Formats: sequence, C-alpha cells, structure tokens
Amino acid sequence: MDLLLRFLIGGVVVSLFAVLGDMVKPESLGGVFAAAPTIALATVALTMKKHGAGFVAVEARSMIAGAIAFFVYACAVSFVMIRFRTKAAWTAAALMLVWFGTAGGLWAVWLRR
Amino acid sequence: MLLGLQTKSLRATTPMEYAKRFLFGGVVTVVATLISKRFGPVVGGLFLAFPGIFPGSLSLVEKHKSEREAEAGKTGVLSARGEAGVEATGASVGALGLVGFAVVLWMGLSRGFGLGIVLTVAGFVWVVVSCCGWWVRERM
Repeated sequence: MDLLLRFLIGGVVVSLFAVLGDMVKPESLGGVFAAAPTIALATVALTMKKHGAGFVAVEARSMIAGAIAFFVYACAVSFVMIRFRTKAAWTAAALMLVWFGTAGGLWAVWLRR
Repeated sequence: MLLGLQTKSLRATTPMEYAKRFLFGGVVTVVATLISKRFGPVVGGLFLAFPGIFPGSLSLVEKHKSEREAEAGKTGVLSARGEAGVEATGASVGALGLVGFAVVLWMGLSRGFGLGIVLTVAGFVWVVVSCCGWWVRERM
C-alpha cells in the first residue's frame, strides 16, 4: 500500500513538473523543471511519518551529493549535445555513468565516513 | 528574450507520452524508496536527486522540435538536438537549485523545524537559485 501510494504521488508530481517545463518559455528556462525536486517532494512526507525527521535529514544530506552529481551530469549532457549534436536518448543514457560516478565518488569521500 | 507560459506546447504531447511520464515518475519514486529501504538513508538519499526522467524529457524535446521542423518542410535533426542540449543546460541550472533544496531540507530538519515550513523554504530556495542561475547563464 505504501509503495502504491508513493507510485501514484511520484507519478503525479513528476507529471506536473514536466507539464510546467513544457509550458515555460524559453526552452532553457523550461529545462530547469527537469531538475525539480520531484522524488523528494513525493516521498519526504511519507518517509518522515514512517521513520522520523532524523532519517529524512540523513537522506537530505545525501541528496546534496546526488544533486551535485545531477549538475555534473546535466553539464556533460549539455556539452556533448551542443558540441556533437548526438541523439538525446543515447547521450543522456550513456552519460548516466557520470551521475553514478560522481554520486559514488562523493559517497566514498564524504558520506561513507 | 520573452518569458512566458505557452499552453499550445501541451498539445504536442500525446496521451501516451503523458502516461509514460506518469509511469516513469511513479517507478523512479518507488525504486528510490526500495533503495533507501535496502541500503539505508545514506545511499537512498542519493537517489532523491536521481535524474530518472531526464533522458525521457530530453528525447521528447528532440522529438517535438523535429516534428515542428518537418512540418515546416525542413529536416532539422541537428537543430532539434541542439535544442535538447539547451534544455540540458537549463537542467544543470535546476540541479544547482536542487543542491539548495537539499541543503535547506538537511539543515532545517536537523535543527528540529517542522516539515511544512522546511519544505516551503526549500522549494522557495530551489526557485530562487534556479531562476538566478538561469539569468546569469543567459548572460554568459
């Protein structure tokens, strides 16, 4: 039941931000909505109710590292697509390794301690 | 440069594309929850900022631009990819806002503030950092 609720809330929140991103012009500003805190907004209240504020605070500290990784990843995708005009889906999927690498690196040097 | 909201762009998205977004959003949220359950909040928290729907959003931008170019009698593949690249630039700025959101969430909850006020301030910080970052980026 908890997972179903999270699925529904996650779907709604992501869809809302995606629609906003589609509507906002110019495109570069609309792109901002692709990095909206959708997953956090969809899950934080339920997680807090179940595990408490301490648990969510620890998640939020790790989210800082995840967001830094997102920044590095989006910069890499933007650079490759503008410079080489590669296909969006393949570029974004292949460069996902950048997100995992950066997030994993920050976890190793900062969060794991 | 004109800022604004265009509802006509919504008509370019098909019901199936809306359904896919909903599905991906739900799946990514559930996966992030399962990772947090399995590996704990330190690893799980990383996935609160996972760019799960970003590749799909970028593909849609490329597809819609290609369709508009085709309607105008042009090939436009490279132009469409360039527009998707610009969208990714916007996402990088939004990711800086996401860092601000997470910092406020972490500090606010660690200091015992209520979730409602912390989320409100964090959301405000995301908007301000993203908009300021976009404004600076546009003038570089």
